[in-house]
Amino acid sequence: MEVQLQRSYLEYCNALFREGFLDGQFVQLQMLRDDSNPDFVMEVVILFFEDSQRILNELSKTLDEQNVDFKKIDANVHQLKGSSSSIGAQRVRNACIAFRSFCDAQDVESCLRCLQQVQQEYLLVKSKLEALLRLEQQIVAAGGVVPTLNDFS
Amino acid sequence: MGLATVEAQFHVLAVDDSLIDRKLIEMLLKKTSYQVDSGSKALEFLGWNDENSNEAFFSPKTNQEVEVNLIITDYCMPGMTGYDLLKKIKESAVLRDIPVVIMSSENVPSRINRCLEEGADEFFLKPVRLADVNKLKPHIMKTKTKESQKPENQDDNDEENQESEENNNSTSNKQVEETQDQLQSESPSQQQQTASSNNNNSKRKSMDEGVSPDRTRPRYNNGLTVMSN
Repeated sequence: MEVQLQRSYLEYCNALFREGFLDGQFVQLQMLRDDSNPDFVMEVVILFFEDSQRILNELSKTLDEQNVDFKKIDANVHQLKGSSSSIGAQRVRNACIAFRSFCDAQDVESCLRCLQQVQQEYLLVKSKLEALLRLEQQIVAAGGVVPTLNDFS
Repeated sequence: MGLATVEAQFHVLAVDDSLIDRKLIEMLLKKTSYQVDSGSKALEFLGWNDENSNEAFFSPKTNQEVEVNLIITDYCMPGMTGYDLLKKIKESAVLRDIPVVIMSSENVPSRINRCLEEGADEFFLKPVRLADVNKLKPHIMKTKTKESQKPENQDDNDEENQESEENNNSTSNKQVEETQDQLQSESPSQQQQTASSNNNNSKRKSMDEGVSPDRTRPRYNNGLTVMSN
């Protein structure tokens, strides 16, 4: 039973890497997980969700103001870029990089579009990561070991 | 190999405003590490007292002692940057021997050079990986007691990482001199730097023989101290 699950897991991961949702940094995270810290990846991913949601809310609020504080926007996007980079959420990170260039131009309209783009990428990777973690849990519950990924970076 | 005989219990102070990055560093290092989320908290943790910033003396909050073998800090932080923190550490007679590693998500050569010239032992680009963390061992071992440990890695950017003691001393002198040239307006710290370069030489040697008697660094008895918000 778990062989099937493991195969599905690997296929799913391969797809995520191919489509650019995740990059080699995610593999680095997987490599850090061990018996004494089995939930490490899950913990970091959950932290990422909480942190990102907070930042996205902040960005929304700031862009809604009369006089948009672009410095604040830039700082927040920088933070999100950093955390998505640390977790390997490549598309979110790239969306943040694009966002920052429009921030420099101080263009509210473009920033709003960028925010939408980042939100979209975030929600996508969130659902994919949740599915991935669920698969891992199923493998473990079936008595199997989560297969190690190759570095796709 | 020297490493095998040493009980590798070392403590790293991680300074970063991102909780995710702190967690990552914690796992990468896989030993007990302390965490704080700002440069000012880092200094507080290290026992820095602002009123006596000329000679940092230790006013530990408890009677316990803490030993920090390495400080790894983010560059971009609100309030105090990693560079500012590095400068403060290097200005302190007691803290300056702790190796400092700076991390940044941005690859800016002038920034990297500035940090290395100020005395940073390594500069990592984020996201930090296992391969980067492996470079830290020699720096951590430098501040441990016991026998001398030859650094394993050569790094073009890292002048301090040399094979022999003599090279170590002469390049640290070189780094200090370069910094001195830049700090033309600050004569007190220049004098401090000259004194420190001599102290560094003897400190490096004495560290290999055993704990330097000057070290009054406070120590915690055990474990993990997380000071993040």
